[in-house]
Amino acid sequence: MFVQPGIKRARNALEAALSGLYDLVISLLDLIFGTLQRLIGVRGMPYIFVLPNLLIFGIFILLPMLLNFVYAFTGGASFTPFDRPWVGTANFDRLMDCTNYLEPRTCGEDLFWRAVYNTLGYVVIQVALMVLFALVTALILNRSIKARGFFRSVFFYPVLLSPIVVALIWKWILQENGLLNGILTGLGYEKIPFLVNAQWAQFLVIMISVWAFMGFYMLILLAGLQSIPADLYEAASMDGANHWQSFSKITMPLLMPTMVVVLVLSLIRAFQVFDIVFAFTGGGPGTATLYLVQYIYNYGFSSPNKQFGLAAAASLLMGGVLVVLTVIQLVVRREEN
Amino acid sequence: MKISKLFTALLLVAVLLSACKTAATEAPTTVPPTQPPAPVATDVPAPTDVPVQPVEIRFTYYADGVEADVIKPLIDKFMADNPGITVILDVVPYKTIDEQLPVQVDSGEGPDMARITNFGAYAGKLLDLRSYLADSAYYEANFPAPILSALGYGGYPDALTVTGPFVNKTLFDQAGVEIPGEGTTWEEWTALAKQVAEATGVQYAISIDRTGHRFAGPAMSMGATLINAESNFTVDTPGFRSFAEIVKGWHDNALTPQEVWLGAEPVNSCIAAFKSGQLVMCMSGSWQINGLAKDVGDAFDWVVVPNPTGAGGSTGIAGGSAVVAFAGTQHPQEVAKLIAFLIQAENYAAFSAGTSSLPAHTGVAEAGVAFNTDNPMVLAALSAYTAEVPKLTDQAVSLNVHPYAFAYYRNSANRIAQYLSGELTLDEMLVNLQQDIDNAIAEAQK
Amino acid sequence: MSIILEYLRRTKGHKRIDITDVFSYVYLALGVIVMFGPIVWLILSSFKTSGEIVKFPPRLLPYRQDTVVVEGYADPLPLYEITFEDGSVRTLAQVRRIGLESQLVDPANPGEIIKVNINQRQPVESVYFGLENYKEGIASFNFARYLWNSVLVTLVATLLTLLVNSMAAFALSKYKFRGSQAIFIIMISTLMVPLSVVLVPVFLVITNVGWNNNLLGIIIPAAATPTGVFLLRQYMLTIPDELIDAARIDGASEWRIYAQVILPLAKPAMAVLTIFSVMWRWNDFLWPLIVLSRSEYFTLQVGLASFQGELNVQWNLILAMTVLTLLPITLVFGFLQRYITTGIATTGMK
Repeated sequence: MFVQPGIKRARNALEAALSGLYDLVISLLDLIFGTLQRLIGVRGMPYIFVLPNLLIFGIFILLPMLLNFVYAFTGGASFTPFDRPWVGTANFDRLMDCTNYLEPRTCGEDLFWRAVYNTLGYVVIQVALMVLFALVTALILNRSIKARGFFRSVFFYPVLLSPIVVALIWKWILQENGLLNGILTGLGYEKIPFLVNAQWAQFLVIMISVWAFMGFYMLILLAGLQSIPADLYEAASMDGANHWQSFSKITMPLLMPTMVVVLVLSLIRAFQVFDIVFAFTGGGPGTATLYLVQYIYNYGFSSPNKQFGLAAAASLLMGGVLVVLTVIQLVVRREEN
Repeated sequence: MKISKLFTALLLVAVLLSACKTAATEAPTTVPPTQPPAPVATDVPAPTDVPVQPVEIRFTYYADGVEADVIKPLIDKFMADNPGITVILDVVPYKTIDEQLPVQVDSGEGPDMARITNFGAYAGKLLDLRSYLADSAYYEANFPAPILSALGYGGYPDALTVTGPFVNKTLFDQAGVEIPGEGTTWEEWTALAKQVAEATGVQYAISIDRTGHRFAGPAMSMGATLINAESNFTVDTPGFRSFAEIVKGWHDNALTPQEVWLGAEPVNSCIAAFKSGQLVMCMSGSWQINGLAKDVGDAFDWVVVPNPTGAGGSTGIAGGSAVVAFAGTQHPQEVAKLIAFLIQAENYAAFSAGTSSLPAHTGVAEAGVAFNTDNPMVLAALSAYTAEVPKLTDQAVSLNVHPYAFAYYRNSANRIAQYLSGELTLDEMLVNLQQDIDNAIAEAQK
Repeated sequence: MSIILEYLRRTKGHKRIDITDVFSYVYLALGVIVMFGPIVWLILSSFKTSGEIVKFPPRLLPYRQDTVVVEGYADPLPLYEITFEDGSVRTLAQVRRIGLESQLVDPANPGEIIKVNINQRQPVESVYFGLENYKEGIASFNFARYLWNSVLVTLVATLLTLLVNSMAAFALSKYKFRGSQAIFIIMISTLMVPLSVVLVPVFLVITNVGWNNNLLGIIIPAAATPTGVFLLRQYMLTIPDELIDAARIDGASEWRIYAQVILPLAKPAMAVLTIFSVMWRWNDFLWPLIVLSRSEYFTLQVGLASFQGELNVQWNLILAMTVLTLLPITLVFGFLQRYITTGIATTGMK
């Protein structure tokens, strides 16, 4: 990078000033924290460090989730928990009322079960494709390619967009009168009903979420790849290993810890799929892309169906399954270590 | 140590910002700069209706088009006439009105006034204006009684809408087909629109907005008794079935842009397809007139035709929005004053004219509104819709003011879409829809 | 040509280009189109009128019909290219259209009215990047105020997020204390539950805290992100404990160890969290929508959504304002990208 000397000098001065300020702020805060440390000792300090986070987390994240239990066991349209009549497990009974759990149309709350199966299908395919694309991109960007920074930025950029914008952009491209169908008819092909065909819609919802978030996982994987020492590859190629062998014997095993992080994060996000799809297909066609969070949102907040109890019960069921999954994953990782 | 610099830079900016922020937000509460100094009136005996304390009214508003731009000058005029009252118009997304406002009002955090569409959602939470309005008789005499009683006399309808089909007249002319008048059935319209689409090479013949609101008019015209005498919903009626089958036929025979019912928006309109000139007939409503005039321009001629006729008559569905006052307001006198101002014939007519909407105010409607346009298509469409108003059946009127109308609107859109996409049979769809509506009502009454 | 070949040969440090190189470049080229094309399309569409947005087939660039001022007519007349029955083509200005008949005049000779069928006319258009959508969008709401709120919320919340999360991550990664496991597991479990499913209780809590219509209501609750703690903790675990012990021997307080030993070493993770926090707060829609109902506190995203009515959506304004909201975040990314790059390069610290 060519920076003019003047700018460079100015930047250096600014950086020096900022780092001086940082040191000043740290020293001032050290007066407080140092005093605290003298009062409660080193062993008490970790509590001080987690305290601010724990307070905010407890009040604004944990407490609402606990309140959800109150909603789940009460009924009515009232919003204040203590005005709501106790209904026991009625909300859960409604959700679980099925003659055949594998066939949503036999269930009282058929939409819930459709959402459950849609979500499961989405999670499996989306996570697989997400990891695949992120890995391929990271592997390619890990090569000594010119303009690597540019390509990395290009692949990362969609991560910065809000879900609503992502959905908006792709709707203008994929809708019946959108750009892609315009190109297709221009080339003499038939229009493709991207948004009204259930299979197309389910597939595109997955591809769009891969488009939107892949850059994030790619960066994590790239970081993992770059932490693999280069001399391992040199040694392997001296021993006559080919590309595939060095990939399967060196890259994959050493990348495994990073892969697990990526897998867990993308799994969590996949289960939470909501805003992009909500703005992109609205759950349609029919209920082909109705996922759990949207189901819960529809009953929990959208005004005509205000059935907070049902929504809370559904979210507890969902949360319960996810927590079990997390615990299993933590246990498995502990065993591995 | 770059991170430390970044960190410090952020810290520095944040400290500065929060300092400014406190200054910026707290200053107005102590010395409101927009407020004319109240004590000026002290040497002259203050008129009794001018409050001594400056009063702030929060008015939560949403706009489909230019409504906010039209009401702002009216509110400015009101504030000029009433120096003690400041009205703040909060223009919010419709989503806020639909989802957030009921919860806010429930928790006592609501505004003083709002523009709403779900007339039944605030039962018992609106301010009974009759005891606050200086001329309550005028208020009660000039608005349709069913709407006022649905609102609990807590507001007034600021615009009336009615559903009805738009037709692309240019395509009919090109196909050499005469546009039929009153008394045509939906089957006949379907056949005609198909004929025109084929003759002109246009992709789609006929469509209807994705909501139970638009769907109800044709269904009732075909004989559906959606709301019975006890004002309960019954969806499984022959008329409802017939119209559902007609719409299904449109989808199966590729007569209709499928994205309207199977695509994204919760309320999807066929008007976008109609505007592109690729659709012969679109069943929507009077609120589309402005957008059509603007977006179609000179591309083709469009007209509003009477609602098709069937066993149940020929009815659209009424709709519209209302300006309401909440019972929780601290300033009922001032809120009532603003409403009294807005419902004065002159001001109400100015709003109708500016937004090209049908007046729900009888006095204004009788006097006629001088709409701000010389576009003959717009004027013709407005009078065509005006002619639809007296044709509304009792059932169609009561649907609009039914306390659970929205439970029917939204659920039916989703369930009918499931039927159209082939996920549910007609019978399953009707059973599920009935269940959804019953559940929503049962839960609300617990 | 030889330079290009030379350049390509350099790619892998091998002597020859192998199939993986070809694949890499094809993939990257496609990637640029797929990742960036849609954004270019968004930007181009933002210049179109609301009528042009719904046209099919859509056109890449925004167009506007040419007009001409003709003697005897007050307003400029739109120009059309007319193909006559004999195959001749003339450019004429349309006076009016009645049904299927278009009445036109020759701008050079405006006396005579020429009548043709509308199928014979083709509008004369030229590319036009009009700023009308942008002007109208900015004018129709208090843009400066919303921008200010958005910037304020993003900056303050990001700073708080970095501070609060890194302190917690430091404690959870570098100390063994009673309850640390429990705290970590509870935080991780809540990672799973998205905000959208607990909207009602969240609103209840905010209301009781009294932060409705207060920017604090969107700044503070967002500061404790379990994701941030998770990312930072995982990263700090890789920092050797010996550094801490050495600092302790030198007499540094725990606070100084956190601020002057661990934080500088955790800068790659901090940079990643910074960009995420900026992105989350800037793009946040649902939370501000719940907390804020007074327009003086609206953020850009909420203001943007107010173009969505019940029955109509002003897409042209939404597109234009969306492009405007993308600008700042793109700039921040362009600035921080340097830190992220160096961050990744140093991740595998030798």
